[in-house]
Amino acid sequence: MRRYNYQAHALIEVLHTVQESFGYLDEDALKFVATALHVPPSRLYGVSTFYNFFSLKPQGVHTCVVCLGTACYVKGSAQVLAAIETCAGIKPGETTPDKQFSLLKARCIGCCAIAPAVVYDGVVAGNQTPKQAVERIGGILSHGA
Amino acid sequence: MVREDLTAIAEKERAARKPMRVRCCMAAGCLSSRSAEIKTALEKAVNDNGMTERVEVGRVGCMGLCGQGPLVGVDPEGLLYEHVTPENAPSIVTAFTRNEAEASRGDLSHPFFTSQVPVVLAHCGRVDPERIEEYIEAGGYSALHHVLFEMEPAQVIEAIAKSGLRGRGGAGYPTGLKWATVAKSTGAHKYVICNGDEGDPGAFMDRSVLESDPHAVIEGMAIAGRAVGADQGFIYVRAEYPLAISRLQIAIRQSKQHGLLGAGIFESTFNFNVDVRIGAGAFVCGEETALMASIEGKRGQPRPRPPFPAEHGLWGNPTLINNVETFANIAPIINRGPDWYASLGTEKSKGTKVFSLTGKIRNTGLIEVPMGMTIRKIVEELGGGAPDGGTVKAVQTGGPSGGCIPAAHFDTPVDYESLVNLGSIMGSGGLVVMDEHTNMVELARFYMQFCMEESCGKCIPCRVGTVEMYQLLTRLVTHQATSHDLAQLEELCDLVKNTSLCGLGQTAPNPVLSTLRYFRNEYLELLQPEAMSTR
Repeated sequence: MRRYNYQAHALIEVLHTVQESFGYLDEDALKFVATALHVPPSRLYGVSTFYNFFSLKPQGVHTCVVCLGTACYVKGSAQVLAAIETCAGIKPGETTPDKQFSLLKARCIGCCAIAPAVVYDGVVAGNQTPKQAVERIGGILSHGA
Repeated sequence: MVREDLTAIAEKERAARKPMRVRCCMAAGCLSSRSAEIKTALEKAVNDNGMTERVEVGRVGCMGLCGQGPLVGVDPEGLLYEHVTPENAPSIVTAFTRNEAEASRGDLSHPFFTSQVPVVLAHCGRVDPERIEEYIEAGGYSALHHVLFEMEPAQVIEAIAKSGLRGRGGAGYPTGLKWATVAKSTGAHKYVICNGDEGDPGAFMDRSVLESDPHAVIEGMAIAGRAVGADQGFIYVRAEYPLAISRLQIAIRQSKQHGLLGAGIFESTFNFNVDVRIGAGAFVCGEETALMASIEGKRGQPRPRPPFPAEHGLWGNPTLINNVETFANIAPIINRGPDWYASLGTEKSKGTKVFSLTGKIRNTGLIEVPMGMTIRKIVEELGGGAPDGGTVKAVQTGGPSGGCIPAAHFDTPVDYESLVNLGSIMGSGGLVVMDEHTNMVELARFYMQFCMEESCGKCIPCRVGTVEMYQLLTRLVTHQATSHDLAQLEELCDLVKNTSLCGLGQTAPNPVLSTLRYFRNEYLELLQPEAMSTR
């Protein structure tokens, strides 16, 4: 916040930094940011819920983002997602009860040439099939247990 | 930094060049298929074969044919290797002296390469995006120098207007006219914004340009700043593009160190700064007023226009907003002249356009072609048609705001007006190809779900209308709809299109309308038969 000179318009930048450091936006962090930037907490809450990128809930140790952009959709990303849902037993936006694994979906990550794309723990993997994805997820789940 | 320093950097860079250069694609597509390991393997192979004197291994941006990646290019021969792996990379190096490389060789005489006219992508896949020296060596920042010392701001605007360049973000507003409006507006400050919130799923032109040639965008913004009298620029990039963000930040830092951004650029009195602003995953932020709200740290909700940003933009000041590709066109126009640029393309749509070819097509990747090329040529000659002997049924342009163009209309030239006549839009340049297995109604539903989830909720037609249309489409897909539902869907499309506040709502029905127009039989097939007979 100091880098942005405590200006209220740096709010989104600050929230990015908070999420990067803590993995999600918790209530204490939001209150702290609101006080420091002199922004009402209501607006802060509005901003952090408006944007898909911010998460108010803690994420699992491992994350998996399935791209649902058009190119990935045409190439069958819906089947990949369905396979992962069945395998992990959670829906997009949820985390497994043991806090090991979070499943998320994205609106195009810009890797359309290698569709369908899935991001495992921040690393993009292209040309995914449901079988490949389930193997990866199976590995992550058993590793976490 | 003065003109001589620029030349000196370029000459030093040229002198340091080795006779042979191996170019490794390190844009997001190839990076995800281990191109970093490939680069290490290539460097090791050069070292092991004692060729470090003659051969250098460089990192470059996107080479276009992303579907066949990871790609490795070899100069001066101009060879291109496809599907390279860290295991067969060393054979590329040994092939310099003997044997054939194990990696498969790309065919550079294919129309995919020969039909392209690179202007925006001229440096992509050639220069190292993380080294300003290579951009300067390729003639970079000389246009900015020319604008500062040889031209009046009004002449710059005149040149851009004369070139016929139109906004590459989708709507195609004449760039020169926009610049002139901002230049005429008065305000304490003026701002230049580069819209890099490439939200259309299926489009990745801006990502590739930002990852492969970030300095071209920065130079274009600085020229725009000079022309309209702005001293601060913002590049708004999606958070989904971490590589583009980091390369931009590196590029901005290097430009500042070299006195090409900041106070007194080229030791003139012109000051211009650029800051990166990171989006947070909201499609509507591609709309210019929503984007400005987001830069101001608010929820990205659009507001009614007028007043247009050119008069009342960021913090109430005159603001120029252009797309990434538009800014990347500026330096080439200044360098080679507006007449050269105007000689490319068609009567009303000048120059070239970058498209990302994706979906059911053999050559997926990034292409830049002159405006006016037919869709058939792009899809069949450059793209190589559908893979595995399938037939191409339609292409979708313009993302969730655009429409589907059926194969019967593939002889239409690609320009702003022709696409609008077909019920689609140019959009930012995503071309998603569909084959006979794609169900058009499901596709329309997919886009409607997208618009429904991304609607900011400010105006009612969009907030409620998209949900209603999505439910009607769901009924259709699940074989529950009647002809009455179809009529209601069409009525809603018309309503949402004409009464929504911003571009998102106004164009949300487009995928439905265009598929209804060309693939109505697919909708009719899904209707309940008894319901049809009662009418």
